[in-house]
Amino acid sequence: MAKLDPKIPAGPLADKWRRHKTEIKLVNPANKRKYEVIVVGAGLAGSSAAATLAELGYKVKSFVFHDSPRRAHSIAAQGGINAAKNYQNDGDSVHRLFYDTLKGGDYRAREANVHRLAEVSVNIIDQCAAQGVPFAREYGGLLANRSFGGAQVSRTFYARGQTGQQLLLGAYSALSRMVGAGGVELHTNSEMLDLVLVDGHAKGIIVRDLITGTITRHSADAVILATGGYGNVFNLSTYARQSNATAIWRAYKRGACLANPCYTQIHPTCIPVSGDYQSKLTLMSESLRNDGRIWVPKRKEDAKKDPASIPEADRDYYLERIYPSFGNLAPRDVSSRAAMRMCDEGRGVGETGLGVYLDFANAIKRLGEPAVRERYGNLFDIYHEITAENAYRSPMRIFPAVHYTMGGLWVDYNLMSNIPGLFVLGEANFSDHGANRLGASALMQGLADGYFVIPYTLGDYLAGQKPGARPKNDAAEFKQAEENVSAMTRRFLSNKGKEPVSHFHKRLGKIMWEHCGMARNRAGLEAALQKIPALREEFWANVRVPGSADTLNQSLEQAGRIADFLELGELLCRDALTREESCGGHFREEYQHPDGECKRDDEKFAHVAAWEYQGEGKVPLRNTEPLNYEFTKMSVRSYK
Amino acid sequence: MVAQKSAKQLFSVTLRVWRQAGPDASGQFVDYPATGVNPDMSFLELLDVVNDGLTVQGGEPIAFAHDCREGICGTCSCTINGKPHGPGHGIATCQLYMRSFADGDVIVVEPFRARAFPIQKDLVTDRSAFDRIQQAGGFISVRTGAAPDANSILVPKADADLAMDAAACIGCGACAAACKNASAMLFVAAKVSHLGLMPQGQPERNQRVLAMVQTMDEAGFGNCTNQYECSAVCPKNISHDFIARLNRDFFTATLRSAFKPTSAASGGGAG
Repeated sequence: MAKLDPKIPAGPLADKWRRHKTEIKLVNPANKRKYEVIVVGAGLAGSSAAATLAELGYKVKSFVFHDSPRRAHSIAAQGGINAAKNYQNDGDSVHRLFYDTLKGGDYRAREANVHRLAEVSVNIIDQCAAQGVPFAREYGGLLANRSFGGAQVSRTFYARGQTGQQLLLGAYSALSRMVGAGGVELHTNSEMLDLVLVDGHAKGIIVRDLITGTITRHSADAVILATGGYGNVFNLSTYARQSNATAIWRAYKRGACLANPCYTQIHPTCIPVSGDYQSKLTLMSESLRNDGRIWVPKRKEDAKKDPASIPEADRDYYLERIYPSFGNLAPRDVSSRAAMRMCDEGRGVGETGLGVYLDFANAIKRLGEPAVRERYGNLFDIYHEITAENAYRSPMRIFPAVHYTMGGLWVDYNLMSNIPGLFVLGEANFSDHGANRLGASALMQGLADGYFVIPYTLGDYLAGQKPGARPKNDAAEFKQAEENVSAMTRRFLSNKGKEPVSHFHKRLGKIMWEHCGMARNRAGLEAALQKIPALREEFWANVRVPGSADTLNQSLEQAGRIADFLELGELLCRDALTREESCGGHFREEYQHPDGECKRDDEKFAHVAAWEYQGEGKVPLRNTEPLNYEFTKMSVRSYK
Repeated sequence: MVAQKSAKQLFSVTLRVWRQAGPDASGQFVDYPATGVNPDMSFLELLDVVNDGLTVQGGEPIAFAHDCREGICGTCSCTINGKPHGPGHGIATCQLYMRSFADGDVIVVEPFRARAFPIQKDLVTDRSAFDRIQQAGGFISVRTGAAPDANSILVPKADADLAMDAAACIGCGACAAACKNASAMLFVAAKVSHLGLMPQGQPERNQRVLAMVQTMDEAGFGNCTNQYECSAVCPKNISHDFIARLNRDFFTATLRSAFKPTSAASGGGAG
């Protein structure tokens, strides 16, 4: 059984991080260059970590499956990044950001982690501004802010509708600087396919060069995974097409615990599905909800009518009606489920009936079209490209889609997993968002982990490792791991199946969305736990992977990732089945209040569920880490 | 609007695709008929469908670069009917929808072609030259943790807006692929202008432009001859005016570097 010590420092909440920083071990500056650190992934968390660790003097090897670090999917985040700067003088503070994030996560995150996140949020903005990130400005040259879902203050910093892009390009510029200076060895088109453990410590990885097919072994003193979330287990999502869980899943199979996989976020404002050829769902930034009003017709019969022909009196602005104090800015999970309920009642709009209106008519009347264009122009353009509809003239149609995964590899306060030497940052870990993530918090967490947490906590581990003592990559453990990878490749290429990989991914996605999507129940989850292993068996019997191993082979890449999703999906459903309560993004129909809100069970489930692999075909072990709320009262989350 | 969409007509096209087994192999065009094309399908989704068909029939799918499929990561890079990113304006390949084509069309699909972008396979090219240009100087040297309070650096809104226009570049390489000289001036101009417009970017402004231009030249990109094919195909509509700004910065930096007195102690840190 895995030992899960969260290592939360003692003392008052607001002093924990400061004290911890002064008490943890340091690595002598002259010794830093003797340590090699592998960083896998180059999104916000990976790029910022690689750049910062190299600045400190560590030898960093950065691995990314993209052709350039700048392509990582952090680039697609639109809305903004939270920070408790209180530049607007509207009552914000570190404590308030901490509290909002903790409450937004439905009291399923660690207090100490969330408080640290709120504390370093202010440093992130300073850092990014100094890098030249072109944040939105007021006329006097000061930074501008906007409000975002789940918050009653304006604490979100943004760069038009491309905040993730600009923050990632900032981190990428810091990384590029260190590559140029020789501090980071950059490996692009390089996919991690296994984790290597030596004496129980993470000491290396096995990598496939996606262009040449060459498999290589890399040893290091510590391994950092910053490889993002696993939302593509649903096939259709707002994730990039190639986003995958292979790195974290293979680490899980080497013994790292996977925590709370059932916490998945369904984002309320995405463009609805149009056909079965569809490869991806496109997000419309939540910032649209600042000025757009969400509605459906009051009567079912009006659902197919032209929205312009439906008079005000016949429209139901349901978020404003049900949640008067938050209105259209209710948190994501709450808004998504409300949209689903409207569609279940038969009042959904558009061809499929799976959509609600997001209407800017009022905002255009109030602010004028140019002001709306300035705030959201690029989003209206995206909407037009995809749907050929003009949202300045008629309301957008939106529907929820899988967007983020709060679950991930279990980490302690130092961001180290239960495998010593294996650190996990950003969306790939489980630590800060509890059961639901608030808008503009993902960018904050990725950069907090990379710029301001790991540079301190990595030293604490490395100080206990003798400089220059890392194993050589011809050790038996490396050979075994490489053989593991090669065997899987051979199995794929020699399989005499008939169906392409995408066939199985689509079917898995349908099972996941139907049984483990926005609303879950025992019968559905039990059905999914039958269907997924059967589909997995069919996959291995009938998948066809053309081409060879020693060249660029996108079918082979995809096959490995889908094979992992076919296992991870089962664990996700198992976690959802075991968690007999509703909280945040995890909604069990059996556990709800009469008004349809989440019914948490703090007595039985105020804990982290960290799953431990037990071997192929065996039921994984469910470890728990209790969540002790010392400083905050766990209240019922209300946005009314 | 809703009524219009329900009268959807499926149609057929022929994809004439560049196939090339590897960097050193010779390539050729191969025709692939595609039927049942939905106008709401994206162009890359059609390639997915064609590839699944090829796989089932025992062929090898067409390799093409793609990822976010929402026009921001800059991975997708097809030249379609002779134009990088295809017939649309201000969009990346992934944002092209089949409604832009008509029944019976022959659609010619090639990789981005430029000397500095060698073909790796089929439609996939190596654009790492862009990363090398960035590594040479596309940054502000600020150590993590050393930044002053963000509001202590005031940036006039007009400058911030213009910097953002330049910073919107997604690094796809369409500019170089469209240029008859395979010039990367628009790409470099965007980065140099973004950082040069910000007060934070001033200390390294001269050395940045010199280093980036030098690396661009070494990578094998050509020179700009003011045809503006680059901005015409740019998925983010980045203006060629930034090239003028790059030229001004380069000229000033060249002069300054020739005549600027430097301290005898420069390069040394605090003892």
